[in-house]
Amino acid sequence: MKKVLKTYPDKCIACHVCESACANLYFRIDDPERSCIRITETAKLPEMNVCNQCETCVAACPTLALTITPQGVVMVTKKLCIGCYMCVAICPTGSMQTYHGGMHPFKCIACGVCTKSCPVEAIRIVQE
Amino acid sequence: MEHKMRKVLAEFSYALKPIEKGYNRRSLYINLGDRVIKEKPVTDLMIDKFVGGKGFDLYLMWHGVKDDTKWDSPENELCIAFGPLCGNTSYPGSGKSIVTTISPLTGIPVDCNVGGHFGPYTKFSGFDALELQGKSDEEVIVYIDGDKGVVKILSADDQEINSHIFAERLIEEFAEGPDKFQFVSVVSSGEAANSALITCLNFSFWDKRRKVARLKQAGRGGTGRVFRDKKIKALVVKYSGLKVDTNNSVDLETLQKTGLKLHKEIEAGDATQCHMREIGTAHLMEIMNDYDLLPIRNFKYGQKPEAITLASWEFKKLFTQGMADGCWYGCSLSCCKAVDGFLPRSGPYKGQPVCVDGPEYETAAGCGSNLCIWDPKDVVELNFYCDTYGIDTISFGTSVAFCMECYEYGILDKEKTGGLDLTWGNAEATFEIIHQMARGEGFGKIVGLGVRRMKAIFADQYGADPKLLQDIGMEAKGLEYSQYMSKESLAQQGGYTLALKGPQHDEAWLIFMDMVNNRIPTFEDKAEALHYFPMFRTWFGLQGLCKLPWNDIEPANNAETDEPAKVPEHVQNYVDIYKAITGKPLDKHELIRQSERVYNFQKVFCMRMGGGRRIDDMPPYRAVGPVTEEEYLSRQERYDKQLTEKIGIDPTGKSTSEKMAIMREHREDQYRQLVDSVYRRKGWTPDGFPTVEHLKSIGMDLPEVLEVIQRYTK
Repeated sequence: MKKVLKTYPDKCIACHVCESACANLYFRIDDPERSCIRITETAKLPEMNVCNQCETCVAACPTLALTITPQGVVMVTKKLCIGCYMCVAICPTGSMQTYHGGMHPFKCIACGVCTKSCPVEAIRIVQE
Repeated sequence: MEHKMRKVLAEFSYALKPIEKGYNRRSLYINLGDRVIKEKPVTDLMIDKFVGGKGFDLYLMWHGVKDDTKWDSPENELCIAFGPLCGNTSYPGSGKSIVTTISPLTGIPVDCNVGGHFGPYTKFSGFDALELQGKSDEEVIVYIDGDKGVVKILSADDQEINSHIFAERLIEEFAEGPDKFQFVSVVSSGEAANSALITCLNFSFWDKRRKVARLKQAGRGGTGRVFRDKKIKALVVKYSGLKVDTNNSVDLETLQKTGLKLHKEIEAGDATQCHMREIGTAHLMEIMNDYDLLPIRNFKYGQKPEAITLASWEFKKLFTQGMADGCWYGCSLSCCKAVDGFLPRSGPYKGQPVCVDGPEYETAAGCGSNLCIWDPKDVVELNFYCDTYGIDTISFGTSVAFCMECYEYGILDKEKTGGLDLTWGNAEATFEIIHQMARGEGFGKIVGLGVRRMKAIFADQYGADPKLLQDIGMEAKGLEYSQYMSKESLAQQGGYTLALKGPQHDEAWLIFMDMVNNRIPTFEDKAEALHYFPMFRTWFGLQGLCKLPWNDIEPANNAETDEPAKVPEHVQNYVDIYKAITGKPLDKHELIRQSERVYNFQKVFCMRMGGGRRIDDMPPYRAVGPVTEEEYLSRQERYDKQLTEKIGIDPTGKSTSEKMAIMREHREDQYRQLVDSVYRRKGWTPDGFPTVEHLKSIGMDLPEVLEVIQRYTK
């Protein structure tokens, strides 16, 4: 069973509260560039980008800084990461994130803080 | 720790300091003879004129050797330098060391560009270059502890020196536990380097996934022999602090952004372009065969149906796939392929599972097609033993191919080879040669001397025709040719023979631009290419970069640019990352100028050591045209057409030998004209010497350089 964040764009109202919650938890800053979940407003439904824990990045990491928890969540071990961004490039969903001035990539670890903040239940933690 | 049992013969402590904008501004000098260890300042002049990497190597060597220094003189130096861009983890291909020494094969400076972790770790330990001089009176290991700031010369009575075992043992010995193995890197050679000249250095990196020490080679020109002549068993470095900002770049964000752009390009394009991530450089095997450029039977032919058995997909079956296979962190091109659990069927490691790094294209062609050895596993076995014994696969393949052709002509026989049947494709005999080379005995010891010395031995001792040996012995300046058939590309002939260190493809690889695509038809076009590309490629050696991410992956719209062969977007990437790391101004013109200074300095260094003359730039005829009748007949239609269209001679009624003579005269004249054009473009005299005016124009009119020029132009 894999723990993932599941998105429901048809429910999303693009309030960006989830981004704030994530950035605040991760970086103690209210900056959408520091959020693991990214909401992009479009003419149709909002695009909700979040890691689906597919593990593609794990094979690319030269220092084994990317590992998988027993729940199937891909984690970045900062101590081992040398900031090469190969994982960012290889991520098929564009969900391995970077930010201006950052040294390491970061990603959703399915912690669920965003789900608690979402007013319309457009994000949920599920076991796949 | 086991290394505490080693005797400390000398010890030197130094202050650990952060790197400033890619430079440490100091180098490490070690004299093995008197066991002096000291640091030297890297001066502004060195940075301004020599930049780093190969430039620093040559500068240090120049001041270390004398005019009459030979490869085995105590004052000969083995220098290893890294460059300001080396070790960054953001841009693919940034982990290269450049090794230089006075070559046992050529007597002039040779330079090798090699991956592995030793270079970046030594740089981050505090030094922009490592300078090894003198000869030890006992076997030693040089240990650089970049975590503590200590350099030691340690006793080394180790019995096993073959690299696949020795590198791993030293990693285990010097690392502080198995989870720290990746912080140690080892430079070693192998048994063959005790006597053979065509020997190399192995630079290790710890493969965390395979849990094995992998080896990359500083292959050309006999670096391994110099290393062992100094009684160095290994260089070991330990450095544990690698981070994304260790190089202390002035603009990390631009560096990372530029690297990420290339990562994405590789991710999107590699599978449809060169397949480097799948099969490394071995992807060239079928391409070279398709274009009649794959060396077969000592460069006699360029194509054979049998070669399909050495196609990249055959090697791919042996490679372990799906791993991050870079020789330095952050290289998403990841061309380092490996065969895991390979079981050699000969030699001292017969039946023992080993990890073989490669084969790369040069090895597959040199130890495969050029010898008519068509089984990929035999090629892997030769690759393994070359690496672990410390033998250059390129020089080995070309040397054995030369012997096999001599055997075919009766110049060699079983009596002369000590019973070895050197018929084409005899893998068993080739295995035996390599084991003899390691033991320093038998015919293998002779092969280990390289083609130039074998030519003299075969002529002097066996009465062979020196002219035939000169025509078929694929060496120039004393260095064996690497593995492209150049006879149908005039520009590639120049690319090979005009290369300063000897015929290696890393100065200019123009076969496709010239022969296949006909993009440089005139002498001036070829001269321009033979100026630009050697200068551009020299830059990688100044910076500590790999060439492959330059043009083994191209932007999707590259073909639409004005100069697609230069890959303009990637040239701009290099300009951008240089500025991002060093903070110094650069554009694509100054990039060439940086290289031009060092390139011309190296040329003058060759002159100082007695080389660098026009005669040294002359190829064997096998590299230029068909030596034998069967060779002519294999391409008769093409050659007859050339007689008509290029020379204006009607071949009708002429014998093959008559046509060959006309062809030879024409081709040799073409080569001479090419050399004239290239020398002019490079700012050199018809004798191949840089003019004083040119040296002044590039800012390389240093007094010691002019003094050598004046000696030659009196």
